[in-house]
Amino acid sequence: MIELDSITKYYGNYPAVTDISFRVEKGEILGFLGPNGAGKSTTMKIITGFMPPTEGTCTVAGNDILTNSLEARRHIGYLPETVPLYTDMTVSDYLEFMGKIRGLKRERLHKRVDAVVQICRLEEYFDTFISKLSKGFRQRVGIAQSIIHEPDVLILDEPTIGIDPIQVVETRELIKSLGGEHTLIVSTHILPEVSMICERVIIIHEGQIVAVDKPENLATRLRGTERVELDVKGPTREIVSALEKVSGVESVNRKSSLSDKGYSSFEIEATRGLEIRSDLASSIVNNKWDLLRLEAVGMSLEEIFLRLTTTENDTNKTGNMSVGEVSQSE
Amino acid sequence: MNNTLTIAWKELKIYFQTPTAYVVSAMFVMFAGITFILNVIGTNPEATVRSFVVPSSIFYILLAPLLTMRLLAEEQKLGTFELLFTSPVKDWEVVIGKYIASLVTLIATLAATLYYVIMIYAFGEPDSGPVMSAYLGMILYGAAALAIGMLASSLTSNQIVSAVLGMGTLLILTFIDTLGTRLGGVTGDIILEISMRTHFGDFARGVVDTSHIVYYLSIIAVFLFLAVRSLETRRWR
Repeated sequence: MIELDSITKYYGNYPAVTDISFRVEKGEILGFLGPNGAGKSTTMKIITGFMPPTEGTCTVAGNDILTNSLEARRHIGYLPETVPLYTDMTVSDYLEFMGKIRGLKRERLHKRVDAVVQICRLEEYFDTFISKLSKGFRQRVGIAQSIIHEPDVLILDEPTIGIDPIQVVETRELIKSLGGEHTLIVSTHILPEVSMICERVIIIHEGQIVAVDKPENLATRLRGTERVELDVKGPTREIVSALEKVSGVESVNRKSSLSDKGYSSFEIEATRGLEIRSDLASSIVNNKWDLLRLEAVGMSLEEIFLRLTTTENDTNKTGNMSVGEVSQSE
Repeated sequence: MNNTLTIAWKELKIYFQTPTAYVVSAMFVMFAGITFILNVIGTNPEATVRSFVVPSSIFYILLAPLLTMRLLAEEQKLGTFELLFTSPVKDWEVVIGKYIASLVTLIATLAATLYYVIMIYAFGEPDSGPVMSAYLGMILYGAAALAIGMLASSLTSNQIVSAVLGMGTLLILTFIDTLGTRLGGVTGDIILEISMRTHFGDFARGVVDTSHIVYYLSIIAVFLFLAVRSLETRRWR
């Protein structure tokens, strides 16, 4: 549905994105993850045809975005990061206008305006001037305009930024429900959001793709070791030494004790690719200790993200920035 | 064409829902009224529209940029261009659509001054030819001024800068004829030809000369073309 082939974009001498290539299949929800200034918005502006790339080609639904621009644009719904709205118009006038310039005709136009108003729950504000709406509702109007013409391709640039937590949840639900019919690209710098709504993630950093995978695979791929957590009741020291004897185990750490019930939590790291859980379980059972929980732990997206985007020399700069933002926005 | 009209309609709606156009138009009609009264109470009152149309045309220097300043500058400021230019709409459709809306507003403003014309007909016996040619001239002159305003609006995302740019350009193009007269010779003639005022005089006197019509139409075409190009280059930057 969307195909980018070695896209490069320079702002003056500064490369915003370099040599980006990827494909998005029909009905897929693709997450676009990266810190601010990584080139997410630039890439999106290129896909929507707003900005021509310096080099490379981009096709949407088989139409080149430069040479067959109008046809390509017909397939696209777009919500830019800033949520551009005409503040001097009412919600209904605005949606009607956006529908019309995307080629909707009378009856279908009215039907679609009613439909998106319902989907985005804007009924109460139908005749309100956009300048009077709060940020969250403006965001909804923005999403409403992007789906009004039922585009095949939907591009949402940071759709959940700056709205309250309840609306964030609603917006994510809305985005999820749009997948299937539409092909979606959603950009965000909020990591958990990606695993919640996306089927595939592209991590972009300093204008380059650093990883492409399913959210859960990314964790496996990046994990240096297998990690297992377990809660056991018994003498701590003996448990540790018994667990260390299991083949493949590299380290055992006692994390905490659940004192009231006598259970302790352990974190075990093992050689990558080894399945040690059954061995661990039988070791504990053979010693007649109580096993309460045994669980393989994946790496959180935060950790993956840091590992991918931080190199030795800019650990402080990038690392702190992205983590700071995550805790802030979540 | 459909897109152009959709955009024109949207802009017209905003013109009539917000105060700017009303204020500017009311000022224009008042100014025209004052020049009209000055003629009526003067020592040699004439039953012509020339007496108030010629001085009123000076007011275009303010009127046109104030009507057009928002049209393209605001879209750049709000970022709504991003939506407009990712919709299946051509750049020129956007510019022409908005231009049409400003032109309709200008014509509506001129229509309000017809009240003075009715007065002239009620109390005098004016020649209808010059009345019609004067209004044709006013529309052409205004349309050219608006096209200049459109270019000014395309160059910046700041409405005030856009208005000042437009007013400055119009001020120069209006009063440069004085310089032409003073200089004389070929240079003077060329400068006279450039001035917007030179070409308006004949219309006010009742003469419809094709060369004047061509002049105003060329100004419109050139400035609108430049406005479209200016928007295009902003995206490449």
